[in-house]
Amino acid sequence: MKRAGGFGLEAIVLGLVLLFIAAFAYTSSTGSHQWSGADSQAEGVISDLTGGAYEPWYQSIYEPPSGEIESLLFALQAAIGSLIIGYFLGYYRAMARAKAASAAAERDGKQDA
Amino acid sequence: MHIMEGFLPHPWWEIWFALSLPVLAYGVYKMNRMIKESREILPLLAVAGAFVFVLSSLKLPSVTGSCSHPTGTGMGAIIFGPAITSVLAVIVLVYQAVFLAHGGLTTLGANVFSMGIAGPAVGYLVYRAASRSGLHLYLSVFLAATLADWATYLVTAAQLALAFPAASGGVYASFEAFAAVFAITQVPLAAVEGAVTALMFKYIVELRSDVLVRMNVVSARAIARLREAAA
Repeated sequence: MKRAGGFGLEAIVLGLVLLFIAAFAYTSSTGSHQWSGADSQAEGVISDLTGGAYEPWYQSIYEPPSGEIESLLFALQAAIGSLIIGYFLGYYRAMARAKAASAAAERDGKQDA
Repeated sequence: MHIMEGFLPHPWWEIWFALSLPVLAYGVYKMNRMIKESREILPLLAVAGAFVFVLSSLKLPSVTGSCSHPTGTGMGAIIFGPAITSVLAVIVLVYQAVFLAHGGLTTLGANVFSMGIAGPAVGYLVYRAASRSGLHLYLSVFLAATLADWATYLVTAAQLALAFPAASGGVYASFEAFAAVFAITQVPLAAVEGAVTALMFKYIVELRSDVLVRMNVVSARAIARLREAAA
């Protein structure tokens, strides 16, 4: 399996991720932040706009009983996804290698004959 | 971009369901037809769905001092188009609504519309336009995934603004207020999502460019150009 394009794209992505971490570190160092979720901040905007009058008319059918259990379920979600991605990329890689090997074997076989 | 459970009043939650359901139904139909035509797309479908799973589980800190999460829908949008991507998104949204109290079942229609339909539609169109104009393949993917992510959050802001117009200034003033929460926070996240999607796409191109060419996602010429650049 020959690599197309070398590691140029990997380097760029790594650079961007480092930049992202640097931005986080810089923001963290300047003042205190809540690091709360934007989704829940939108709730705050709703209560500002309605003068706190809006009551959600339906409650979640289940809520994780603690932050730990919530992070467990999020981690589980990420793990399931990663597993599937890794499985299929590995499957494809091995397939390509097996195909190349059998093609090479066929070539060698013809030379012997 | 999750609108929380119960946070969309009548008639808005019904409206977004009404807009999303036909697209979802078409997505299911199109997905079945594609799978029947060729089984070789199944692994790609699984990877695109799993990619949404992983990325939408990561809550990342941003420069605004708050956290948000990528959507991961750019990949599906580029390979399969927005309709099928909406089906992939609904799986994640239901998981998060049922087990995590993230988003909700009453707001599912609105959340599917922003994350599964509008964002992917933007990503799909950007990818088609960029790759047709001869832009580098991975740069096209980056732009498409970045803008799909960003558009998702702008649509969420618009959905909330429509449902909660400000007493003075109306929908537009509300949109500004909601966009202030989402738009800037999402810029660095969208860029990282775009970069990671481009990388993932590169691995798929390396392994199964044949399938992508047959599906008309990538032109044979673009693959040849990548091979040349590598040689």
